[in-house]
Amino acid sequence: MDLKLSPFPTLEKQMPIEHGRFEAYVDNGGTVLAVGGPDYCVIAGDTRMSDGGYGIQTRKYTKIFQLTDKCVLATSGMQADTLALQKRLKTMLSHYQKEHGKPMSTPAIAQFLSNTLYYKRFFPYYTFNIVAGIDEKGEGCAWTYDAVGSHERVKYASQGSGNQLVIPLLDNQVAKFNQQIIAGGNVTSQQAVSFVKDAITSAGERDIYTGDYADIVVVDKDGVHWEKFELKLD
Amino acid sequence: MQQHVSFPVFGQNDYFNYKNPQTLENRMPVVDAKKKTQDPIVTGTSVIAIKYNGGVVMGTDMLCSYGSLARFNSIQRMEKFGSYTIIGAGGELSDFQSLSNTLNDLVTLDHCIDDGSKLSPSEIYNYVARVMYNHRNKGDPLWNSLVVMGYQNGSSFLGKVDLVGTCFKDDIVCTGYGAHIALPLMRKAALDNPNMNLEQAKKLIEDCLRVLFYRDARSSKKIQISVANENGLEISEPIELDTYMWQSGEAAVKSFSQV
Repeated sequence: MDLKLSPFPTLEKQMPIEHGRFEAYVDNGGTVLAVGGPDYCVIAGDTRMSDGGYGIQTRKYTKIFQLTDKCVLATSGMQADTLALQKRLKTMLSHYQKEHGKPMSTPAIAQFLSNTLYYKRFFPYYTFNIVAGIDEKGEGCAWTYDAVGSHERVKYASQGSGNQLVIPLLDNQVAKFNQQIIAGGNVTSQQAVSFVKDAITSAGERDIYTGDYADIVVVDKDGVHWEKFELKLD
Repeated sequence: MQQHVSFPVFGQNDYFNYKNPQTLENRMPVVDAKKKTQDPIVTGTSVIAIKYNGGVVMGTDMLCSYGSLARFNSIQRMEKFGSYTIIGAGGELSDFQSLSNTLNDLVTLDHCIDDGSKLSPSEIYNYVARVMYNHRNKGDPLWNSLVVMGYQNGSSFLGKVDLVGTCFKDDIVCTGYGAHIALPLMRKAALDNPNMNLEQAKKLIEDCLRVLFYRDARSSKKIQISVANENGLEISEPIELDTYMWQSGEAAVKSFSQV
């Protein structure tokens, strides 16, 4: 017989449940993109933060984070993870600066972000990143990532909820793919800013998670220049 | 493991489990992450807050529900921390009490340093955000939506933190049903009147809590309003909201036709 004397009987607790099970990930949405030129890089990101559904939590949360004078990080996805990632990179870059007496180069930051993301491979940061800026030669550069650290150096990139809407526009206007009449080639900084504004406005037209305002950031040899740009509030 | 014996002999049977003491962990073993993951039991509903010209105003009702049962009718859901900060909480009451203890320890520690500096609202806000995020990383969240407000050195502070660690600062912040019902009303009111004074802000909060009481079934009409401005922090005594008539019969028909 399997009788047990126990002073503490184990009971299944029965409680009223109104909330779902705990969900550790939330997608706060948003679109970020970057275009690299010969001696500059333009980065844009909207400032809407959604609640994971139809609600807008705030209209002025900036998704672009300055890492050095030559490099910024643009992130969409889960805001809480983004914040943790930014704090981590900031402290690690500060350590690097103090150890080596110089800021980390943009390509090195790009690799370092990949390692940082892969370090959390089995409980990932739910973040979709672009690292962009100018490299040691002064050329504009951008890297795109997935949530676990796969990355690629590219001429232009977009990430986030409006990614699918932005990418074809950049393929056409920046890379000038499959156009026999127009010659490809470099675009000027002003042209790139103009593309990027059009791109993010277009994303805001159809993507409900993109809108309110956009940060337009230009990185060149003189540093990082910020501009505010209005999008639709609906 | 305890064995059952037909004829227990005193001294041979471990009646009181001395050999295998039952700690809390033994009684309720943490088998996997699922055991840690909790549901909220006693919950508060919305918190709403807005910055006005010269400070911040926050409002909550005083009900804490047990599922659909209106269990505790007079619970203060806002607390002062240090000299400049008030936090309002929705969600699990016990988690907020636990967080309050943690924060009071922090405030005490800061006081003991005795360097004349005091914790600012933004310091407390960032600390709370890290606590919430670290709990979610352990799969053991503090089930709250928190609104942090304060006033220090001539500037207002208003921010929100939730159970996964999402945090942001804004001029208008609402949690729970408030984010669906009160937030649009407050955004419109702020747009129509960008330089709101204290009285107008208080009235707005009160009106929004009344609207919430009409539609949010987990809310009550017993509310509190707190203010942070250059005069310091103040959490009001309980206020009983004026609502539409609740009589039955002829009087109800009359009052309804006036609406």
